[in-house]
Amino acid sequence: MAEYYLKTPLEKDEILKLKAGDTAYITGEIFTARDEAHLRAVEYMEEGKTLPFEFNYGVVYHCGPLMKKENGWKAVSAGPTTSARMNRITPKILEKVEVMGIIGKGGMSDEVVEALKGKGAYFAYTGGAGALAAQSIKKVKAVYWEDLGMPEAVWVFEVEDFGPLIVGIDAHGNSLYSEIEKKIEENFRRLLQKF
Amino acid sequence: MVEYEDVVSTISDLLFKAETELGEDVVEVIRNAYEREDNEVARRNLEAILRNIDSAGKLKVPMCQDTGIPVVFVEIGRELCLDFDFKQAIIDGVIKATKEIPLRPNAVHPLTRKNPGTNVGLHVPQINIDFAEGDKLKLTVMPKGAGSENVSALRMMLPSQIDAIPKFAVEVVRNAMGKPCPPVFLGIGVGSTFDGAAKLAKKALLRDVRKMDEYERKIVNMANELGIGPMGLGGKTTVLGAYVELGFCHTASLPVAVNIQCWANRRATAVLG
Repeated sequence: MAEYYLKTPLEKDEILKLKAGDTAYITGEIFTARDEAHLRAVEYMEEGKTLPFEFNYGVVYHCGPLMKKENGWKAVSAGPTTSARMNRITPKILEKVEVMGIIGKGGMSDEVVEALKGKGAYFAYTGGAGALAAQSIKKVKAVYWEDLGMPEAVWVFEVEDFGPLIVGIDAHGNSLYSEIEKKIEENFRRLLQKF
Repeated sequence: MVEYEDVVSTISDLLFKAETELGEDVVEVIRNAYEREDNEVARRNLEAILRNIDSAGKLKVPMCQDTGIPVVFVEIGRELCLDFDFKQAIIDGVIKATKEIPLRPNAVHPLTRKNPGTNVGLHVPQINIDFAEGDKLKLTVMPKGAGSENVSALRMMLPSQIDAIPKFAVEVVRNAMGKPCPPVFLGIGVGSTFDGAAKLAKKALLRDVRKMDEYERKIVNMANELGIGPMGLGGKTTVLGAYVELGFCHTASLPVAVNIQCWANRRATAVLG
């Protein structure tokens, strides 16, 4: 299992190198988006409106941060949220980009694994590790769609060595989650016989 | 003598404590799990959790950005006189904490999804009141995150299904997979009514997490055989503890509720008066 230090905007070669199970750290710009921001982003795309942030070659972070305003915004605690909630909408975004990274927790569906092929990777960050994550956020560069409320707004962060991230899904159709799920299913069936 | 202001500041202080530091019992079981775990990815996740707990304590910031929905447990000594708007004092304590700590505003209208930004609203904070002997006021806060709440479950089982209770608990863990930020704790309410079982399950999460009986340990061991692991990435650390609270129920029913709690089992208690 290799360790990679990635920079944004992402480069396709770098993304293609990653294998499920590798460790990665990201430096540069990432932006948060969860349920409401995803819905609005797709609405914008369908209406042909320009988004104030860029998915293409970018890194979207499934996160609803806890922010504090004192001489500008500061991220207080900013760990990942459950990515599965974005399963349905993510392929619609992936079909519009050439390269993209996703940071979240809990993994994503087979449809997303398929949509990431050849262009993107899913990075798992430890759920609940909000204080640790905030330490890698060096600056809050912008906030969009504040009307959605603090957790659902889009926050643009400048991050340094954001991680450790585990490559949960790579650009070659490999998902740590689906491998583990198969084992869990076997274990569950064995357990059921015990009951 | 307990006054309005005491309740406001205590609720706010308790929320600060719960959000920034875990109880020693919780940290101890996470650390023990880290030492026992041999899956490399699982160890990396558990290490990040321990480093995060450490950072939150040192920096005095909430350990998780999901600062939860405020749940409050109150025990009122029957000799105590509360001659003020007690409910409003708890609400004001939550508003104060949200502004000053700060907490992420999580409470929204269920249908319009409008967020007032204060963490209070219809039936929020959720207040559970019980009575005790004496003249003290015991306040406990449990800010509860949504990841683990969303995969909790309740089943109206049949009286003939008593033996199937552990199986139901394991099924809930299996269905939850990596979503509730495992490793998790399980609060299990057995008996009472439909709503009462859920309340018992939440109350079970207040216990010292190091103390389990044989039945509870059995549930933990079975659930850990699933191999979900920390964050659903595999390993033997999926459930850190299971705690069962019982309540009498109707002779024709057996309600069972399983309330999942993430590793950040945030609770804080104070006694006033």
